[in-house]
Amino acid sequence: MKQINAVLEGFGSTVLLLVRALSYVGTLPRQWHRFIEHCYLIGYTTLPIVAILSFFIGSVLALQAGYSMENFGAKQFIGTLVGLSMARELGPVMVAILLAGRVGSAITAELASMKVYQEVDALETMNIPPARMLVLPRLAAVLVMMPVLAIIGDLVGWYGGALISNYTHTIAIGPEAYFSALRRFTKFTDVMNGLMKAELFGFGIVLVCCSIGLNTRGGPREIGASVTRAVVTSLILILVLDYFVTKILT
Amino acid sequence: MPAGSPSSTRSPFSDTESPAVGVKLENLCKSFGDFVVLKDVSFAVEPSEIFVLMGPSGSGKSVLLKHIVGLETPTSGRVLVDNHDAADPVTREHVRMALVFQAGALFSSLSVYDNLALYLREHRVASESAIREKVERALQILSLDKTGEKFPSELSGGMRKRVAIARALVMEPQLMLYDEPTSELDPVMSATISEIIATLKDEYRVTSIVVSHDRDLALNIADRVGILMDGELIHVGPPSELHTPKDPRIADFLNPKVDLKNPRFKKLAT
Repeated sequence: MKQINAVLEGFGSTVLLLVRALSYVGTLPRQWHRFIEHCYLIGYTTLPIVAILSFFIGSVLALQAGYSMENFGAKQFIGTLVGLSMARELGPVMVAILLAGRVGSAITAELASMKVYQEVDALETMNIPPARMLVLPRLAAVLVMMPVLAIIGDLVGWYGGALISNYTHTIAIGPEAYFSALRRFTKFTDVMNGLMKAELFGFGIVLVCCSIGLNTRGGPREIGASVTRAVVTSLILILVLDYFVTKILT
Repeated sequence: MPAGSPSSTRSPFSDTESPAVGVKLENLCKSFGDFVVLKDVSFAVEPSEIFVLMGPSGSGKSVLLKHIVGLETPTSGRVLVDNHDAADPVTREHVRMALVFQAGALFSSLSVYDNLALYLREHRVASESAIREKVERALQILSLDKTGEKFPSELSGGMRKRVAIARALVMEPQLMLYDEPTSELDPVMSATISEIIATLKDEYRVTSIVVSHDRDLALNIADRVGILMDGELIHVGPPSELHTPKDPRIADFLNPKVDLKNPRFKKLAT
C-alpha cells in the first residue's frame, strides 16, 4: 500500500511539475542561453556514444540477419531488415536508453544535489520558480535534440549494417543492393514514427529525471538513491511507452 | 543615524525607500508525522528590529525560519509577514524577503558575480550595467571586491557566508532572515558577521530575524531575544535579561558548566 502511494505521489508530482513548467513557456525566449547549454549537453555530448552504439547495433543486426536469412535465400533483404528495425524500433529505443543512462542520471544528480544543498530552496526564496529555470529549458532542449540524435542513430546504424554486409564474405551484399532493399521497404512514415517515439521517450525521461531530482529529501546519500530511481523509472517508462506507442502507430 | 523615516527600509544602492515590515507568528504548530517540532509558538517582530532566536540544536529554530519565508506550511496557526500569510506564495511578490542559509546555498555552478546577479536578471529589475553596479556595490559593502570571478568552491567558509549575505542584499530585502550565520566560523569571523548584520540594520533598517546559538551575537546585536526549547518559546525579552536568567533551562543553555564527573551525554543516553 505504501509503495502504491509512493508511485501515485511520484506520478502526481511529475504531472504537476509538467504543468508548472509549461505555464512558463513564455519565458523561454529569454532563457535561450540555458536552452543552448542544455542542447549542447543533451545533444552534442551524447552524439559520439549514440554513433558508436548505433553503428554496432546496425552491424550486429546485419551479421545475425546474414547468417539466418541465408538459409531462406533471403540475404538480399538484409538492408530491409536493418533499415526497418533501426528506424522503427532499435534506433529510438537505444538512443532513449542511452539518454536515460547518460543525460537523465546527470540531470537527477544535479537537481538532487541542488535540492539537498538548499540551492532549490534559495531559488524559491528569491521567487524564482525551479520549474521555470531548471526544468523548462531542459524539456525544450530534449524536444529539439532527440529527433536529431535518433536520425543520426538511424543513419549510422544503416551504414554500419551496409559495411558489415559488404565486407563479411559469408554475406557479401554490396552497398547498392543493400540500400536498394532498404529504400524499397523503409518508408518515410517508418522513420517519422521512430522519430515520434524518440521525441516521446526523451521528453518523458527528462521530465521524470527532473521530478525525481527535485523531490529528493535527506542527505547526500539520497542523491545516489534518486539517480538509481530515475534511471530505473526511465527504463521502465521507455519500454512501457514503446509498447503503447507501437500499438497505436501500427 | 541615517536620514529617512525610521519605519522604512533604505536601499543600499539608491535613495529609494520601502516600508519596513513586521512579522507575526500566531499559535504556530508544526509536526512531521508524529514528531512535533513546533508547539504553539507566538511572537511578533517589529519593523526594523533585530530579533535573535536562540535554542539548542534540534529545537525547531530552522523549521520556524522556513515557515516565515514560506518554505514550510504550518500544521496549525499562521505566520504573517507584513499582514500577508507567509504560506501564500503571493506573499513573496508583496514583500522582498531574503534568507541567508546556514551553508550559504550558493549556486555552485555560478560564479560569485552571477550568484549575486541571478535575482536581478531573473526578475528583470535592472539593465545589465545597473546590475553590474549593484553587484559590485554589494560586494564592496561586504568587503568582497576581488571575489566576483571566483566560484563558491574556491571560497573559505567566512567568505561564503558573506557572499550569501551579499546575494541577499542585492534583493534590497525588507526582511532578512539568517540561519546560523556564525556557525562553523572562527571567533573573529563570527564577530565580523555580527557586525555586518548590525550594520545592515542600522544603515538600511532591514527587519532581521537571526536564528543562532551564538550567545555573543545575541547579546551584542539583538534588540530582543527569543529562546526556543523543544519546540516551545520559553522566553522573549531584551538581551540584558539574559545576563541573569531566572529560568534554569536558559541559564544552563547560556552558561553550560563542563561536568566531567557527571557528563551530560550519559544522562542523554538514559
